[in-house]
Amino acid sequence: MNSSFVVFRKEVRENLRDKRTLINGLFTGPLIGPLIFVMIINVMISRQLNQAESPLELPVIGARYAPNLIEALHQEGFDPRPPVADPIAAVRDRDVAAVLSIPANFGKAWDKGDPAQVEIYYDSSRRDTEQAVSRLKDMLDRYSRLNGALRLVARGLSPALIRPVVVDERDQSTPQSRAGALFSILPYFFVLTVFMGGMYLAIDLTAGERERQSLEPLFINPVARWRILLGKIGAICLFSVASLLICAAAFIVAGHLIPTEKLGMELGLGPVFGLEVLVLMLPLVLLVAALQTLVAAFSKSYREAQTYLGILMLIPVLPSILLSVMPVKTAGWMYAVPLLSQQVGITELLLGGSVTAAQFAMCLVCGFAVAAIMLAVTARVYGSERLAISA
Amino acid sequence: MIQVENLHKSFGEIRAVAGVSFSARDGEITGLLGPNGAGKTTTLRMLYTLMRPDTGRVLVDGIDASVDSLAVRKRLGVLPDARGLYKHLTARENIDYFARLQGVPADEAERRREALVRVLEMGAFANRRAEGFSQGQRVKTAIARALIHDPKNVLLDEPTNGLDVMATRRMRQFMRDLRGEGRCVVFSSHIMQEVAQLCDRIVVIAGGRVIADESPEALRQQTGESNLEEAFVKIIGSGEGLAA
Repeated sequence: MNSSFVVFRKEVRENLRDKRTLINGLFTGPLIGPLIFVMIINVMISRQLNQAESPLELPVIGARYAPNLIEALHQEGFDPRPPVADPIAAVRDRDVAAVLSIPANFGKAWDKGDPAQVEIYYDSSRRDTEQAVSRLKDMLDRYSRLNGALRLVARGLSPALIRPVVVDERDQSTPQSRAGALFSILPYFFVLTVFMGGMYLAIDLTAGERERQSLEPLFINPVARWRILLGKIGAICLFSVASLLICAAAFIVAGHLIPTEKLGMELGLGPVFGLEVLVLMLPLVLLVAALQTLVAAFSKSYREAQTYLGILMLIPVLPSILLSVMPVKTAGWMYAVPLLSQQVGITELLLGGSVTAAQFAMCLVCGFAVAAIMLAVTARVYGSERLAISA
Repeated sequence: MIQVENLHKSFGEIRAVAGVSFSARDGEITGLLGPNGAGKTTTLRMLYTLMRPDTGRVLVDGIDASVDSLAVRKRLGVLPDARGLYKHLTARENIDYFARLQGVPADEAERRREALVRVLEMGAFANRRAEGFSQGQRVKTAIARALIHDPKNVLLDEPTNGLDVMATRRMRQFMRDLRGEGRCVVFSSHIMQEVAQLCDRIVVIAGGRVIADESPEALRQQTGESNLEEAFVKIIGSGEGLAA
């Protein structure tokens, strides 16, 4: 039997008996992403839906000075609340989202045909009240335009006179692309799963073995170090692929739980999507396994390896952050860069676009090439004399 | 048969081994005796090819370790200083893992394993997972997995370290049995009583050098001391680091 396979089989068998590896690799790692995702999205969606459908409840000061205005707002879903004594303090203390204030001279100005003023107290730095304020502004705007038009008509003029330019918006987004913008964080969860799925194994199989003093006896067997390394990398890859499969399956299930259609969005989370994600991720699985083993080989202890690999986990965040802060057009070369290629590829799939065979090939070839280099470096470090010495 | 010729090994400034030569013959027990930090473990690590000597050469059954280290490792059974087991595997599974890595055919491996389990009196714990093994149980398992491929040459780094009196006695008898089977047994120790009892040949190492390479009898005569302990102290120049 091939000695790499002997090592592989033993590592898989031993780690299947290790509760910590199992829980981290096959449970927490792959499921935490989908879980957080569903929770965040559900909260976001239900809040948006609630805010859009529920009546807008805000305190009004001086409602009696403009009964017609209040009645018109009420028709649009505005529910006037009793006034507050100090509107500035009420907004600052976050007691209310905004306060509408109608001055005493509103009626007089209205009757004379002067611009009649109303005031909205709000805090633009509070994101949670943005929607309430803009709804109120829209209502007031519509009321103002309607009455302006009526006044023109009463004077025998066409309301079109004061609207020389009319904007007609033609939004080219599709239900899927709107969803994609919202779900751009999703690729990161897949990458994170690969990092988490194999991490405990990577630490355990090198730094852990050395700390438990079993690496030196292992290396005394008549097996070349690189063969031992291959067996260990194989075991790490198997666990992270398993982790990835669980994660993909969880996302496909999650896709059905998220009421995206209520937002006029559509997610392309199906078995085909899962399969394509898996293919895109394969080079990354090998690359990460080699990288994590390399780091573990350099670490002096289990804890040290854990610390370094924790920091290493921040690396995959970079493309996610970069792409969300500076949404650049996806360029062909991006498929040649590991991590970035997964990010743009999965995003593209989510948006309902398709990744061409050439792009798949580029992602796989370049990804595996970088992984092979990483593997060679790791094998070199694995061959070093110091690696086995525990004390 | 193990021949060691003029080994040198430095770690940065520290010269751990500075000129060690000896040979260990088949059917004999050769003891490496020396105080802590004398270079015994480093010498052994070069013997089992974990480390490459800066200069000098190691021949195992005539094969140069630096030329064909895999062939050398096939001929060696080693109990290194580090004797960690896989705690999620049973003692038998630990042994089987090494049998497969050594390329021992499955049926032969099973026969050898059961023979070792019997000789080393491992029956009571052989099917238990290694987590929570006593020091003695760990050493026995480590020895069994080291000898699963029936090696002609056996290297043991302080094999009685951490064992209680009864286990130590059994370990010594086991080493005599290995000699009786015609193997070349090399072991390191800092316990002179043990070395005196067991060895056909004593190699005294101190400060990274061999300062004596004799039979126990010749050692006594050379120093003019009838007591071996006094003889050692005389050779090494101080009693430091030696345990009775």
